[in-house]
Amino acid sequence: MFWNVTRALLDGLLTTFQIFLFTLLFSLPFGLVLAFGSMSRWRLPRYLIQVLVWIIRGTPLMLQLIIIFYGPGLWLGHNIWSGNESGRITATVVAFSINYACYFSVIFRGGIEGVPAGQREAGEVLGMTKSQIFFRITLLQMVKRVVPPLSNEVITLVKDTSLARMIAAYELTFAGYSFMKSNGLTWPLFYTGVFYLVFVGVLTLLFNYIERKLDYFR
Amino acid sequence: MAILEVRNIEKRFDNTKVLDNVSFSLEEGNALAIIGSSGSGKTTLLRCLNFLETPDGGSISVRGETLFDASMPRWEQEKGLRTKRLHFGMVFQSFNLFPQYTALENVMLSEKLLAKEQPDFKQHKKEIYARIEAHGEALLRQMGLAERMTHYPHQLSGGQQQRVAIARALALQPDILCFDEPTSALDPELTGEVLKVIRALADRKTTMIIVTHEMAFARDVSDQLIFMDEGVIVEQGVPRQVIDNPQEERTKQFLTRYAQG
Ligand SMILES: Nc1ncnc2c1ncn2[C@@H]1O[C@H](COP(=O)(O)OP(=O)(O)OP(=O)(O)O)[C@@H](O)[C@H]1O
Ligand SMILES: [Mg+2]
Repeated sequence: MFWNVTRALLDGLLTTFQIFLFTLLFSLPFGLVLAFGSMSRWRLPRYLIQVLVWIIRGTPLMLQLIIIFYGPGLWLGHNIWSGNESGRITATVVAFSINYACYFSVIFRGGIEGVPAGQREAGEVLGMTKSQIFFRITLLQMVKRVVPPLSNEVITLVKDTSLARMIAAYELTFAGYSFMKSNGLTWPLFYTGVFYLVFVGVLTLLFNYIERKLDYFR
Repeated sequence: MAILEVRNIEKRFDNTKVLDNVSFSLEEGNALAIIGSSGSGKTTLLRCLNFLETPDGGSISVRGETLFDASMPRWEQEKGLRTKRLHFGMVFQSFNLFPQYTALENVMLSEKLLAKEQPDFKQHKKEIYARIEAHGEALLRQMGLAERMTHYPHQLSGGQQQRVAIARALALQPDILCFDEPTSALDPELTGEVLKVIRALADRKTTMIIVTHEMAFARDVSDQLIFMDEGVIVEQGVPRQVIDNPQEERTKQFLTRYAQG
């Protein structure tokens, strides 16, 4: 039985991991774009992004996931997500990417604006180009500011992946839960918790390492 | 001919005039001190010279070449902006060192980036970098920082940081070096070491503009002095004469207030 549970949980972990990885892959760059857009010279993108961030941060992720998964089918008359497992994972990744991009954009924006204007000006006065200033001066200072809040969000994402169960994606929590439903076993639930703890533990070590690497300056 | 000619500079923020009809010239090898109360426009003037602000009127020329003229079309004002900037160096009140680089790296960065743009950079990369490093080290030694080259800014005292900033500003050999209250952010016991290196630069005939509240220093070190108030030059002339024997009422008031602390 133990091996059966382990195999099932590893299966679920794979889905969890896919959701996690692809969400990061899309939401990080998208969040950066939103961050720049929200600091744009033009009012329209600034305004639109503000509204988007307000809506996404102001409503539950679970609700967004349900709307993204079921909405198109009800409005268009046919489901744009294929009915199998990969369709459900894709829908989850889309919903999560939009959601996390909004959170990341706020963090990125704080990081960019947190670098004092004097840094850019010192570069300008030394005859540097805009891109030299960004890559040689601002970027690393921005990364340093952004890593701690970013690590919080990334760890939250690990646990948020369990929401995919709402649309019946077979992720880690679903896998653990299914043994309770079918066999009345509770120990797989605790075992599932261990999987999350290890996942989060590895990420914590990774982020600590990055923070230590950036510790050489202030 | 004067190395720097500033004519009728005017600058507005929103609708308040911060600089009004500011004109002066500076001879090569001379030091110009600018004094004046808070908000009189001293920082704004230096920022205009360094192209961090665009004046609304007037012109700026260096060695007879007009770098800026408000009547130029916009594209001409911005053409070659980076090259124009290199005529001026700037030392900020708050140092603005790059925290992720060591003292030496701070000094070398701009020179290295500029060297990369040279056509023969690839062939002579090693020699060029060696030369830049030697230059950077020499500048830091000149600032009395031989022992601090591999320190990061946060490992240095304010006075040491400001001296690194001076070395960094000197690295590209600007025609005119500007200081914006270089000692205002320092603890009193650290101002001396910074003033000393500026004095040494003056002795070596570095062309400088120094905005300062250190009256005694301005009087001793500069060759020319400007008193500003509310965006205009109220009085200018030989430092000793202006400070010891001011002609204008506003200058007298300022100096009296200053003497009383
Ligand atoms: N970016 C800006 N936007 C609007 N007003 C500004 C800006 N920068 C400066 N000012 C205003 O311009 C005036 C001159 O400022 P400036 O900083 O040049 O004075 P200062 O002589 O350097 O003063 P201090 O001795 O306090 O450094 C002040 O009234 C200031 O409020
Ligand atoms: Mg000032």
